[in-house]
Formats: sequence, C-alpha cells, structure tokens
Amino acid sequence: MKNEGEASEQPDNTAFTQQQLPAWQPILSAGIVIPGFLIIGLAFLGIGIGLFLTSQTIQVLEMDYTGVEKDSPCFQCTIQSVQNCTCEVTFSLSALFTGPVFFYYGLSNYFQNFRKYGVSKDYYQLTGDTQYFKSPRDVCFPYSHDSKNNPIVPCGAIANSMFNDTFELYQIINGTKKKVPLDGKGISWWTDFNIKYRNPSSVNGSFASAFDGTVKPINWPKAAYELDLTDPNNNGFLNQDFLVWMRRAALPQFRKLYRRITEGDYAGGLPAGNYSLTVHYNYPVLSFDGRKKLVFSNVSWMGGKNDFLGIAYLVVGSLCVVMSVVMLIVYAKFKFSDDDDA
Amino acid sequence: VTYCNRTHKERHLRANDREFNLSFKYANNAIKTSKYNVFTFLPLNLFEQFQRLANAYFVFLLILQLIPQISSLSWFTTVVPLLLVLSITLAKDLSDDITRHKNDNHVNNRKVEVLINGELKSEKWMNVQVGDIVKLENNEFVTADLLLLSSSEPLNLIYIETAELDGLVSNRFIKYSISILYISGEVRCEPPNNRLDKFTGTLTMRGETFALDNERILLRGCTLRNTEWCFGLVVFGGPDTKLMQNSGKSVFKRTSIDHLMNVLVMFIFGFLAFMCTILSIGNAIWEYQEGNSFITFLPRADGANASLSAFLTFWSYVIILNTVVPISLYVSVEILRLGNSYFIDWDRKMYHVKSDTPAQARTTTLNEELGQIKYIFSDKTGTLTQNIMTFNRCSINGKSYGKSSKKKVDFSWNPLADPKFCFHDHKLVEVVKSGSPEVQAFFRLLALCHTVMPEEKTEGELFYQAQSPDEGALVTAARNFGFVFRSRTPETISLVEMGVPTTYELLAVLDFNNVRKRMSVIVRSPEGKLTLFCKGADTIIYERLHPSSSKLMEVTTEHLNEYAGEGLRTLALAYKDLDEDEFEKWKERHHEASTSLEDREAKLDTIYEEIEKDLLLLGASAVEDKLQDGVPQTIEQLAKADIKIWVLTGDKQETAENIGYSCNMLREEMKEIFIVAANTAEEVREELVNARKKMSPESGDEPPIEKSRLLGKKSQVVEDEKVDGEYGLVINGHSLAFALQKDMQLELLRTACMCQAVICCRVTPLQKAQVVELVKKHKKAVTLAIGDGANDVSMIKTAHIGVGISGQEGMQAVLSSDFSFAQFRYLQRLLLVHGRWSYLRMCKFLRYFFYKNFTFTFVHFWYGFFCGFSAQTVYDEWFITLYNLVYTALPVIGLSIFDQDVNDRWSFQYPQLYAPGQLNQYFSKMAFARILLHSCYSSLVLFFIPWAAMCDTVRDDGKDIADYQSFALLAQTCLLIAVSVQMGLDTYYWTAVNQFFLWGSLSVYFAVTFTMYSNGMYLIFTSSFPFIGTARNSLNQPNVWLTIFLTTILCILPVVAKRFLFIQLKPTINDKVRHKVRQAKAVPPPLPRKFPRRRISTRRSGYAFSHARGYGDLVTSGRFLRIPVKSRPALFPHTDTPVADSTPQTYRTIFEEAQSP
Repeated sequence: MKNEGEASEQPDNTAFTQQQLPAWQPILSAGIVIPGFLIIGLAFLGIGIGLFLTSQTIQVLEMDYTGVEKDSPCFQCTIQSVQNCTCEVTFSLSALFTGPVFFYYGLSNYFQNFRKYGVSKDYYQLTGDTQYFKSPRDVCFPYSHDSKNNPIVPCGAIANSMFNDTFELYQIINGTKKKVPLDGKGISWWTDFNIKYRNPSSVNGSFASAFDGTVKPINWPKAAYELDLTDPNNNGFLNQDFLVWMRRAALPQFRKLYRRITEGDYAGGLPAGNYSLTVHYNYPVLSFDGRKKLVFSNVSWMGGKNDFLGIAYLVVGSLCVVMSVVMLIVYAKFKFSDDDDA
Repeated sequence: VTYCNRTHKERHLRANDREFNLSFKYANNAIKTSKYNVFTFLPLNLFEQFQRLANAYFVFLLILQLIPQISSLSWFTTVVPLLLVLSITLAKDLSDDITRHKNDNHVNNRKVEVLINGELKSEKWMNVQVGDIVKLENNEFVTADLLLLSSSEPLNLIYIETAELDGLVSNRFIKYSISILYISGEVRCEPPNNRLDKFTGTLTMRGETFALDNERILLRGCTLRNTEWCFGLVVFGGPDTKLMQNSGKSVFKRTSIDHLMNVLVMFIFGFLAFMCTILSIGNAIWEYQEGNSFITFLPRADGANASLSAFLTFWSYVIILNTVVPISLYVSVEILRLGNSYFIDWDRKMYHVKSDTPAQARTTTLNEELGQIKYIFSDKTGTLTQNIMTFNRCSINGKSYGKSSKKKVDFSWNPLADPKFCFHDHKLVEVVKSGSPEVQAFFRLLALCHTVMPEEKTEGELFYQAQSPDEGALVTAARNFGFVFRSRTPETISLVEMGVPTTYELLAVLDFNNVRKRMSVIVRSPEGKLTLFCKGADTIIYERLHPSSSKLMEVTTEHLNEYAGEGLRTLALAYKDLDEDEFEKWKERHHEASTSLEDREAKLDTIYEEIEKDLLLLGASAVEDKLQDGVPQTIEQLAKADIKIWVLTGDKQETAENIGYSCNMLREEMKEIFIVAANTAEEVREELVNARKKMSPESGDEPPIEKSRLLGKKSQVVEDEKVDGEYGLVINGHSLAFALQKDMQLELLRTACMCQAVICCRVTPLQKAQVVELVKKHKKAVTLAIGDGANDVSMIKTAHIGVGISGQEGMQAVLSSDFSFAQFRYLQRLLLVHGRWSYLRMCKFLRYFFYKNFTFTFVHFWYGFFCGFSAQTVYDEWFITLYNLVYTALPVIGLSIFDQDVNDRWSFQYPQLYAPGQLNQYFSKMAFARILLHSCYSSLVLFFIPWAAMCDTVRDDGKDIADYQSFALLAQTCLLIAVSVQMGLDTYYWTAVNQFFLWGSLSVYFAVTFTMYSNGMYLIFTSSFPFIGTARNSLNQPNVWLTIFLTTILCILPVVAKRFLFIQLKPTINDKVRHKVRQAKAVPPPLPRKFPRRRISTRRSGYAFSHARGYGDLVTSGRFLRIPVKSRPALFPHTDTPVADSTPQTYRTIFEEAQSP
C-alpha cells in the first residue's frame, strides 16, 4: 500500500475537503418568520389596494355580436346563405371613455392553443424565404397545397383561419354618423413586425409577382399581397391584422387588438354619446359554439383590466397577516422549552 | 473477471515441459482486467448502457417523438439529455478502463526469472507458462499460483506477506515446500477455482505419487519476505490464479433507498399512465364535443376519429409528462454519492497518521445507508483491540510490580533488548540485576516455556514468530529483563541469561490445548538440573500446586484480582524440580503413549497430568490486550445514537466478556447481563426465554411479526419490543450453534435485539455471517459489519455495509469491504457525521428532485384541460430540455453535496440526531406522498395564478400579452423561481458555492432565455427559436412580475408557515439541536469528555493463549531433527542440477505426511 518516497497519503487540509466551508445557516426562528409574514402581508395589502384601484379605473365596454339570440342585431348574418352580411351594433356612452381607447375583437371557445393548430405554419415561408413558397413544410398539412396541388402561401391552419370580420365605428351626432378614425398601425409586436416576419422581396418591382405560382389560403377572400388595398406597406406577412392573428393565444378565450382610437377628435377618448358599429360579418364561429365580441378598453400601467391580481394580492396579504397572528399565538403558547435536553 | 474453464475436470501438467503443457492450452500468466479495447469500447459500452432501464426509456421516448402523429415535443428535448447522460457514463467508464489497462500492462511486464533449458532467464510475467519453474527473490511479488519446490530457509519454510490477498491472519506465514529444484514430475490437480484455503492435487515423480495440499501452494498476490529465494512450479497462471478467480465476483449491494427508489419509479410509471389515460379520455370527449365542430379551422387527418385521436394523445402525453420519471435522477444520485464518498476519502479526522492510512470509500454507492445503521457487528481482535499484547504487571513471589510510574525503564544495559518494549517500574529491573533467584526463575520460565520461533537475520536483531501475541509479549518481556531467548533446535533452547549464553536441553514440550489450559516444558540446565516449567490459567495451576505454596497463593490471588480488575489477561507461573529417575520412567510412559495408535490424545493428557503436580508457584504475569484508541468512547457514542453493537469474536467467553467491559459495551449500570452457555438445545431455549421474560414480562410467546409482502417476496419482519433499562447478553459458540437452528433463531433474535449489547464468543466465520444474515432478514434495520481479518470477510460481505480495518496486516477484509479506515474509533465519524450527512443530503435531494419534477410536469396536466387535451406543452421546448440539465441541476447538487444541518462537533454532541435515519424518517413512501401533494398544490398555483392573471389582459400599450408564447415564458419563469426559492428554503447550509449555484442558475436562465429569444438566434436558426422577442415584450410588464411574485409567495409561504408551526408544536430532535446551535453560536460545544478507564470488579480472564494450535508440533516434530540449522548455501549458479542434497528430505516430508492420519 505504502510506497516509500511517495508523498504522505494525508488528505489536504482545506475547508472544502474537510467540509468546513464558511456558511450562512439561517433557521426558521420566530424572530424572522412572524415579522416576515407581517411585513409581506402588509406589503401585499398595499400592492393589492393599488392594483385593485387601478383596475377599477380602467373602463371596459364589451359587446357580444355573435348573433345567437334572435333579437341580436347580427342574427340575420348567422344564416349561412347570407353572403357579405353587414350588421349594425349600437351603444351609448354616458361619460367620456378616456383615451387612448383600444378596440379589440374577442373570441371564446376558440382553441388557438390546440397543438396541431399551433404548429401548423411555416416559419421559413413567413420570413419571406421564397424557396419555401414552392414547397411548404409538412406541418402545414392540410393547408399546404390546394386541391390542384398548388402551394398555399401563407400555409397552415393558423393563417388559413385568420379573423376576417371588419368594423367601422361611427359616432351618432344628431342623427348623423360621424366616422371615428381607427388606427391600425403598430398594433402588433415590434419584434414580429420587424424581425420575425419578413415579406419576400419584390420580383421585377412587383410585390405580387413574388407570390407567383402560389395560391392564397383557402378561406381567404384575397391573396396575402392584397390584404390592405389602401396601404401598400400593410400587405403580405407584414399586415398588422395578420401579425396579430398569428400570435396565437394561450387560452381558448382571448381578445386581440383590432384598432386604436388615437386620432383627431377622439385622441382624448370617446366622448359621451351614441355610437354605431358596422360589422362586416364574415367569420363563422357558431359551428363550434364560439362567441365573438367587441371590446373597447383603455389601459393603465398594469395593462388591461384584470381584477384578479388585485384581489389575489388582497387575499394573500390578509392571510399573511392572519397567519402571523396565529403563529405569534402559537409561539407564545407552545414554543418548545430550551432547557429540555434535546 | 470470470474465466470460463475448458471442459477438463483436472489439470495435468509436467514440470519444465512447455510443449507438453502447451498442448492443453492453459491460460498463460497474462492477465486482463480491462473490459474494452479501442474498437470495442464504443459499441460495447453503449450496448451496456442501453440495457439500463433509464436509457432504454429515453430511447423509447425518442422513437415516440419520431412518429409525427404523436410527437408533441421536438427530438432535441430527449436527445440532449440522453447524450449528456451517455457521455458522462462513457467518460467515467473510459477513465476506469484506461486505469485498468495501465495496471494490466504494469503487472504483465514485471520480470521474473524462469528456468528454461536448465538456465535461468528473465521473462516478462505475461510470458510465463503453466509448468515453468520460476525463481522468486526476497520482496518479490509472487508471479502466479506456484507449487513450492525449495527455498533458502531452514525447514524449507518461506515467509510471505499476504498484502493483496489474505488467506490467513498473520503477516507472514509459513509454507512448507518440497525441497527440490529440478523435477521432471507431473502434477495433476484441481481445475482453477476461487477457494483460497484449499488445494488438492498429486505430484508424480520417479514413479511415486505424493499428495499436494494448500500448504505447498504459494498464491499470486503475496509477496516474498525474509526469504532469500525460493523456487516454484507454475500451476495456475493469469486468469486461472486464485486471486483473479476471486476478484470481480463481489456481491452487488444496493441501499434501501435504491430499493425504495425502484418501487417509486414503478409507481411513477403507473402514475404517468394514469395521468395520460385521464388526459386521453379528456381528449376523446373533447374531440367528440368540440373537435368535431372545430374542423372549420382545424380539419382532421383522413380517417381520424375521436378514439384514434385519444390513442395518439395518450402517447403524446407520455412524451410530455415523461419528466415525472426523473431519468437524470440516477445520474445525479451517482454524482452526489461519489461526492460524498470523496468527502470520506478526504477527511483528515479519519486519517491515521501512524500507518499513513486515510479512510477510503471503496464502494461509492452506499453512502446514505451509513446514516441508517441500527446494528453493528464487530470483530474483536484487531478491530476493538490492537492485537498487541503488552506485558504490564507481574507478581513475583508475592510482590507486585509494574504499578505505573511516568518514567519508562531504560533497558540500554541489555544489548539484546527490544527497543519497542516499555515498562514503567524500575524496581523490577533492580531486583533482576541484584540476582533475586525467584525473579530470575520467573523470567527464565518465560524465556523457556513457549513455542516461539526466533529469527536472527543479523547479529543481535531478534524477531520472534509467535503463535499468539500473548506469548510474544511474555518472551519479549523476559528478553528485556535479561533472559534473552536466542535460538532453538529441536533439542535445545539457547538463552542469554544476564549476558551469559546458556543452553538448555529441551526434553519435552507438554503442549497447550483447550482442555489443559496450560503448557509445560521440561528442560535440563547446563548444570544438569531437570526442571519442569509450567504456565497456565490460574485456576488450573492452583489445583496443581504443592501445599507449601498456599501462602504465596493467597497473596498472588489478590494481585490477580487486581490485575483482572484492570482488564489485564493473567497467567500463573509455576515450576518443579524433577528427579532424574522419576523423569526417565515418565519419559518411557510418555513415549509409549505418544506412539500408541488409539486414544493418543487422551493417553498423553493423563501422562502430562502425572508430572504436572506439586508445582511451586512463582508468580503471575499480566498482559494487557490493548484496546484500539478511543474504543470505549466510540462505543458509548454509538450506543447513545441507539445503535446496537454485537461483538462476534472467536475468543473465549472470559476474554470476550472482559473486553466487553473494558470497551464500555457491558456496563456496571446495566440491569443485568445474561450469559447463555448451555449444552443442549432445550437449555439454550430456556435460557433465552428466561432472559426475555425478565426484560419484558409481558412479551408473548409468539414473536410479533409484521408480515410484509414486497413485490411478491414474502418476508417475516420481527418488530422491536419495548424494554425498560439496559441489558447485555453473552452467548458462547456452542449455544449459538443451537440458537441459530431454524426453530430457535427467532427466539435468539428477539432476546438479543432487546439487549443493548450482545457478545457472541467462539464464533466461526460462518456463524458470524449467519448472525448477520439473521438480523438482516428478520429486522427492518440496516446492518454494518466491521472487521479486519479474513475470518470477518463473510460477515462483511453479508451485512448491508461492510467496513474493513486497514493499515494492518491482512487486506482481505478491506478488499471485500465497502469502507475502510485504520481505527475502530473512526466508525463514529463515519456514521454520526458522514453517514448522517449523506443520508440527510440524499433524502433532501430526492425530496427536492421529485418535487421539482412533479411540479414541472403537473402544470402540463392542468394545461391539458384548457388546450383541448392536445398535448400542447406549457413551456418552451428549450426550457423543457434545459430545466433539469442546466437551470436546476447545479443548485440541487450543491445542496446535496454541501448541506449539513449541524456541524460535526454538534453531531457528536447529540448522537440522538442519528435516530431519524434509523427510522427512515426523511424519505419514505409517506414522504413521497407528501411530495406528491405538495407538488400538486404548487402546480395548481403555478398554473392557475398566471392563468387568471393573464386572462383577457393586455400589455400597458394595449398589445397582446395573453398569447401562448408570453404565457409559456410567464409560467416557466414562475416555476423556476418558485422551485429555486423552495430550494433555498430546504438549504440549511449556505456556502458560497450554494449561493453561486443558485444565483448563477437563475442568471443563466435569464441570460439563456434572452439569448434564445433574441433576433440573432431567430435569424440563424429560424425554426428552432420561434419565441423571438417574447422575453423583451413580456418581462417589461409590471403585471408579469407581480404575477411571478405572487405565485412564488403562494408556493412558499404555506411551507414556511407549516414548518414554523411544526417546529413550535412538534419539534424534531433536529430542530432542537439547530435551535441550540443558534443560541450557542459564540460558544462551540465542549469536546466529548474523556472518561476514565473503568475499574471492573472481579471479572478475570485467565488466558494468554489464543485458541488455535500453533507451532508446538513443529517444534517437537521428528522432521525438525533432520534439518540443518543454518540456511543452506545458495544453490545457484554453482550447479544446475542441485537435486542431490535436498531430494531425500523431500521424499521424507511427503512420505510422512502421506502416512499420518
């Protein structure tokens, strides 16, 4: 075992090998836990009140326009035979709806988070890589080729199912409709618009020819390069509505930003009065018990209206305070004696 | 490495005839312990690895993921961990195998001299063939298993050190060799096997056949010592040697946690199937109710329906939820066990300076079991005691000497004195020098009456080869006091008496045996006086004293009691002058008896009895059987930790009992110490039952058996019974044999387990193993066996954990042990510190590991209800890949390598801290169920709080934040922070490393996340990193952070509150000690007190002999007479056929052996 001339087998004397590294050894003593609970509880109560009050200041106006009920203004559009149906939803505001006002559409019982739905798109296509225009990835199936085996661009279920109801908002002043300008710019994420999605480069100066040899998604009325006829820059994969749609929702009930109301007379919000919304009703949801709604909302520092967070903070905060009292009582009454031999 | 032998039943070889021997294709002497070569390494190793369940499971998942209809996760989520696990194991195996290759090469290229064509040639070991004759020189390793032919030493003995392989206890032991160098004989012998203690074969030479036995075989693995040279015939080479046949066949031990883990993993598999079933049923329902109508936007594949979808979903969820079966668990467990093993190797407090031996964790997979030991089985000699006898006291002619004074006696006046010998009483030297006849007679007796073999290599340097260390101690004492035993022939003993060489004629040796308990020699002094010297147990000697000694007897008895009270082993010494006529007559009768063929033993006993009477008492000697350092303290500590200690010793009952007292196992304050020493089975049972009834009157006749069925295996587990007070049990070998019989063993177990300490005496190695097996089988307890010698190997292998005492002579115990160190006292550190910490760490690790993985996985389960049971993951795929491997790997390893509840000194201060391990409190099925519930709660919080907080909400600029990617990021961040904080809560001991790992991992998470979600990564690997921008867009939102904060607090605070309340209401021992530590922060605990050596009332062990018979035969044997005393001249190279002078003796030796029964 021993080799003479070799160094001794004695282990090194370091704090590490001897397991004596200096260490902080906190324990759950009453001096830390009880005040800790109290402080956390009070802090939570504070945050909770702040959140709750903030949430209360946020104005939200929701209108279901699915048209299930017979008296609903859009009822006639639910009849399948009707094409290009338009219906009108009216509402009135009794007070100023403080701006900037955000105009959302909401869907429920809509499973954008279904796995097969979620994967059904081609990232390479959407970065404008025309190579993938010719042969979309398999995940897009069954929306990769049409019945004539032409490649679909943009392929996949998400793109195919893009929300296509459109809205116009009018303020009714003395019986006349005054159009409220809706701002559709910059409603998608900056990264989506600037990095993630790219249009194919124009071929011979024509943007549309970049899409030569491909067909539009089956459900779309128009091709991708014709999405916004009013603004040539708002076409292709960089169309704002398309970008918003492609950011699929986490939960089966979601709302997506449609427009912002920031311009002209309405920069400060929607004044009190009567309003009329013209809905171009195209999107079918009734077959799967889906619901469509319109939402007007403004935001605060904590985002959109959500009472839950504030209430949760209040509840947890009060529980913490109660708990600290309980623990104090227990500690005073039962704390184990130090003298008894451990 | 097992070596498959060919079909030959018998091995046949011819000395020096390579051609003949090669025809049998016996293995040559090259060994190969390595497993792989360059080409086979990768395929073989991978093949082995994929045989493991965990890796096979990975592959199964990978296959599932390659099926597009099922794949719910990208392939890399499985491949990355799999590659990592495989490569870690690959690297470990590679380095192991390289080491083995190096060792093999080193050994195979050793040189040895081989006799080829009558000339000695240097050969590499690997080229040595069976049948070769090799010459070994002093300090050389034995090349192969050899048949000894001749040696340079008288009697053809050789001395060997059994370093690597220990067949016997002693450092050097003696082999009889056939003294022949060149033979043309043929050997037929047994085929290769692994029995170290047995060899059968025959040697045919010149038409005569001789039996060969183990005595003539020199095994590979030994080293030649104190022997100039020897010749041997290679019988077994390389893989056929007994050493190689013995290696690699060790029993694979697994810890109880391993077993529990296996059960749990099976349960988890079931649980996984259960969850997947629920989700697939959910999917079927969803497909039926919703999916049918949702086809507007998501058409089904052709021919798909709800049930097919449900079936595919099942497998998709198997992939997603696979993290409940924690595959990286096994790798992590091995890493942390390895780490904790290194801490044992590195511990300076278990390093023995004198022998330069550090502790060693030879098995790195059993650490946590060290923290659960309930029963310790210990050997005595060499483990509790040093196996060193020191001559401490003596009583000569009614005067007691040796009462210790500080100063050592100076023996420089005696040039032949042994410098290592110490004695503390100057008076004795003065009396010897003054020439007191009684004192001189006392030492003369010690110098003459023994069977020690002297060895004097250089003038004045004497070594004694004693059969028992007691004898060595006594002869050494005589040597130092001026009566030097210098040499012996069969007929004479030469002493140097106070500087004057004197030779006594040795007329008879009346040898020791167990019944006689004494030995005598009859010698004739140079003056012609005949004297019988006798030493033996006091009771035996007293019966044979001349009445004139009665006065002296009384005084001596007092002294004997005093010595016994100090725990010394005593012997009474007496002598008798003999009449020439009387002796002659006796000698005739003796000759008659010793040549008689029937009842020789009995007849000899009677003859001895006749002459050993009317003795005159000289006095008594007292020898201390030195305990190892710190043994009593260690035993007390272990007893406090509620560990029961059983000593299993080959010693006699008196000796064992005595040691039991001196090492604090048996204590005066024990209520009673039961001694079971009966001769029939019935009596043994009766004594056992009586003892049990006394300890616990209400205990019933039927043992309280808890029947548990584990995986179809029926096992009878005897529960512990309550006993007031402490008891001890001593049982002797004879009774033990009865008690271990099938119908009585439960009775033995019940009684013995009620006692604090159990001592079994005169047990054989097999019985040791049986006792351990009995407890192991019928008690739900972890056993540890500790020993140093070959006789302990069986119990070391049987027990859950075997500990070998290293740094001493034998290595066999160490070789078969799991842990080894130099001193018994390190056991308390091994158990109370390392074992406890290892157990604590392992349990914390497992609890945390399961918690974090379950929590991680259950979130997916809840999300299933909101995504149409579509096997959509909640988290980013990269997060799933890296969660176990990167984000949480290091903190948990840091926790399980560094954590300690209290430091080592407090661990010693409160041995009770050990109890939770014995009771399996930190990790059990119950604990696992609690983890499951805890994870369930945490995952609910971690899913539903973000769900509620994100529902219908938007960013502060009105844009999307409730999208899938943001939600995934939020959920995974909540999860990681919550489990990290939970980790912080579990950590008792925050070293800088822990801090670094924890904060580092969190920073790495954010760094990696921001990197993977960055523009650059997306532009380079578009389809792999679709989460671009998510981190930037959602982590700048206050409500996201408020949600993270809320979930963390909600996950953690209930745990804090629960723990705090439990500490107040039901504090565990651990809590109490930690509280004390906090209070005593400034004041370190006092060192364990040293307690004085206990005085033991009147117990006396009168034995200075071990029970084995020694050289008595050899000393007096006939063949001894014919051996030239001085070593013969070296035979080589003067003649190449040095047969002549040694051949006749060989024949006689073998011949005699063959004749004797």
